[in-house]
Amino acid sequence: MGYVAIKGGGRAIAGAAAATEFLRTEEGLSDTPAEPLGIHAILHQLRYLVDRVVSEGGVYHPQFAALAIKQSLGDTLEAAFALRAWRSTRPRLSTTPPLDTSRMRLIRRISSAFKDIPGGQMLGPTPDYALRLLRMELMDESPAAFRAFARRWLESCPETQLPDSFPKVLDALRAEGLLPPVTSRTQAAFDITREPLVFPVPRSAQLATMARAETGSLLAIAYSNMRGYGDVHPTIAELRVGYLPVMLPHPITNELTEVGEVLITECEVVAMYEASDTGGKPMFTMGYGACFGHNEVKAISMAILDRALQKGMKDGPGNPSEDPEFVLLHVDGVDSMGFASHYKMPHYVTFQSDLDRLRTTQQKQGERA
Amino acid sequence: MNKILEVRGMSKIYGPGCPLCIESTGPEADTNLCPHCGSVVAIHDVSFDLFEGEILGVMGESGSGKSTVVKSLYFDQAPSGGEAIFYDRDKQYALFSLNAAQQRWLRNHRFGMVYQNPHLGLNFNISAGGNIAERLLMSDLMDYGAIRERAKTLLARTEVLLARIDDLPKHFSGGMQQRVQIAKALATQPPLLFLDEVTTGLDLSVQARILDLILEIQQELKTAMVVVTHDLGVIRLLTGRAIVMKYGRVIEAGLTDQILEDPQHAYTQRLVASAL
Amino acid sequence: MNAVSRSNAYNFGFLDEYAKKEVRRAILKAIAIPGYQVPYASREMPMGRGFGTGGLQLTLSLIGPNDVLKVIDQGSDDSVNAVNLRRFIEMTCPGVSTTTKTAECTLIQSRHRIPERPLTSKQIIVLQVPYPDPLVVVEPSEDKRKTMHGEADYSRLLVKLYEDIVKFDEITISHRYPTRINDHYVIDPSPIPRWDVPKLHASAALILFGAGREKKIYAVPPHTKAEPLAFSDVPFRVEDFRDEQGRRRACARCGCTDSFLDEFVTDSGIKTYQCSDSDWCNEKMALARQTEGKPA
Repeated sequence: MGYVAIKGGGRAIAGAAAATEFLRTEEGLSDTPAEPLGIHAILHQLRYLVDRVVSEGGVYHPQFAALAIKQSLGDTLEAAFALRAWRSTRPRLSTTPPLDTSRMRLIRRISSAFKDIPGGQMLGPTPDYALRLLRMELMDESPAAFRAFARRWLESCPETQLPDSFPKVLDALRAEGLLPPVTSRTQAAFDITREPLVFPVPRSAQLATMARAETGSLLAIAYSNMRGYGDVHPTIAELRVGYLPVMLPHPITNELTEVGEVLITECEVVAMYEASDTGGKPMFTMGYGACFGHNEVKAISMAILDRALQKGMKDGPGNPSEDPEFVLLHVDGVDSMGFASHYKMPHYVTFQSDLDRLRTTQQKQGERA
Repeated sequence: MNKILEVRGMSKIYGPGCPLCIESTGPEADTNLCPHCGSVVAIHDVSFDLFEGEILGVMGESGSGKSTVVKSLYFDQAPSGGEAIFYDRDKQYALFSLNAAQQRWLRNHRFGMVYQNPHLGLNFNISAGGNIAERLLMSDLMDYGAIRERAKTLLARTEVLLARIDDLPKHFSGGMQQRVQIAKALATQPPLLFLDEVTTGLDLSVQARILDLILEIQQELKTAMVVVTHDLGVIRLLTGRAIVMKYGRVIEAGLTDQILEDPQHAYTQRLVASAL
Repeated sequence: MNAVSRSNAYNFGFLDEYAKKEVRRAILKAIAIPGYQVPYASREMPMGRGFGTGGLQLTLSLIGPNDVLKVIDQGSDDSVNAVNLRRFIEMTCPGVSTTTKTAECTLIQSRHRIPERPLTSKQIIVLQVPYPDPLVVVEPSEDKRKTMHGEADYSRLLVKLYEDIVKFDEITISHRYPTRINDHYVIDPSPIPRWDVPKLHASAALILFGAGREKKIYAVPPHTKAEPLAFSDVPFRVEDFRDEQGRRRACARCGCTDSFLDEFVTDSGIKTYQCSDSDWCNEKMALARQTEGKPA
């Protein structure tokens, strides 16, 4: 066992960590200190935040996502980062077969392509039509108020028997020959956590990269396509939110068995039709988006970018959102935030080199003048 | 005279192709678009020879496939079929069987290309001298002073003001950009040069001076050239032999004077008549 | 709350063994093809991308209980980032020794410097890399750059040097100086100063480069040719530490006149120079004390 070499730098780091921890705990000094934020409260009352971190962290562990949010003081980039770093240490034990999203236990399902759809539209929980007025009454809430509302709502819900599965809107379009049939279910999905992206990459690698992308980055590039740097012009055939059964082969019988469920958001968009390469009828094109948690903006952005990237792969990219390298290498929150932060590290040596070059150049040009 | 290039049965089809593509396209069918599979037969069965120091014209209207001929030979795109042999001193190369690195080596060392659009031939983000330097560096000349001297000589030869050697091509006139392109193409003294509509879109007086320059270079350096143009005047002035193309096929080939004085094919007759 | 594992028991070297094996395979490939950037599935580490996660994955995949590790940043063992990385490695690799002495270590993880003391064949140095590809300044598409590397097509990079001399009478690249390895691949040698570039050539130690965010590993194997790009009549030059009278500046601390110096202005406004390599500086001072006959 050798000795440990830590001098001034070590003290500085410990000090910085303690100062941050003080920010988190300083409320303890107040006369009426609030309870420390519980994991449970984060899981339930900051649901969309947890969903975002679960999805960007790339591992479905809502409890650890809540812990990560707590320890990072609510910074989504940092929280997703901590979750990802934890995941790096976990071995891969098993791989599920492709899961069938028509078997989702839905909490919400809409289509903007049709007025009504087989199985019915289901608005579910959404802030879409809420008035964005500050609800001052929430400034001071009690557990009793929570209980009262929750009980009242449940009692007012009519009992309905939901079917086990809902048909997909796209299947109806496929049956009519307006969309190409589903092909190659057999190809194994690209595992971005085990294989590096070497371009050109298959569509499954593109989808996986976007599924754990930073929401804002994905939205920004998708928005550029929506505004005119691109021409996907999507119609949302179906957007569904719900719990997807996760199936694994039983270790003894090898029979597919449900081992749990994950909350996901899935979006399928239909875009402009294209002539067929093989001389068949022209058909609509589609884009697909899906992510862990309830995050509709992310799923929609991903679906639009999926379509844009397919177009770019076929015809060559006409704008940034159609360029697989541009999109996929710039949407990862852990990569981009890390690199932005690294500029804060010391760069004395490189700056010394810069000084040397500028001085020599000035001197040489001075001699010439 | 020694042969420098031999092209046999070169073809290029865009699209999936089908067994009916060839018979359904060409001058008789009056289209290059296959009605059965939608493929474009850009060129089919193009054959010709080129000899050292000779200028061959490839003439036709847009859509005739004439640019596809030189772009395939310069490896800008891969042909669908046929072969081309380049005779270089005591070596010969089957162009379309070479790998990408070998093709790039030939492009950099032994071929030159001047495009109609200077954006294709020049890097607009680096200076005129830098453009020439790039080509010299590709051929492994690693002496800054020598590169600089060679760039100056080339620019002087193509009548570009030396004071502008370090300016960006985007600040140059169209005629000047073509001169820089020619200087760049000539940097490695290639025995074979491709010229694709190099004077199209330029003022008449500028055109004349560039054509003069090309002729002078050909006489000085004995560079063999393939000149693609829709302009009969360019064909008449520069070339000794020519081929006429329509919808991807060669419909007439021979000595330029003969083609222009006594065209055999009805299409060539109309072309020549309309230019008078 | 249900039973969630609260265990902090991480595997030796943090990463799981499969991940380490994969990194080692990539390292072997990198050694087999000197200068070639081997793509690998870079894992997220618990520190920021850009803080040395690539180098760290190499270090953690290579390190064993018998290794003696040195971690430096900007030449210093005591810089905040170096301390942070070393602490993390100590935490996740129980039994590993650390040192600040270049002479004593078997494995070095470094950012921006190669130690002044020549490395030996018993040592491996891992450099942290922010931008692995020297062609990125002339070609943004990775797909196209891959072809350019394959064909050793570096003319556009050389044109950049040409344009530099035209504009500034000098090659303005100060660090990350493009260097051709074994007559083929040109590498970005990480942001080491030009001063350190000659140390890559025919090095006795294995030099490894890890780019975590860009997911690449490459190597300069021992005794391999490493030539900075230059013109035959405009040679590559290292940083010049001569003063106005042309005398070589010395380190204000140890008096050394043949090391890379950091320049800074003291509180009293005086420009001062000191060795960037803190271990080298300490060693020189110890040596000076010995020759003066004082106890070290």
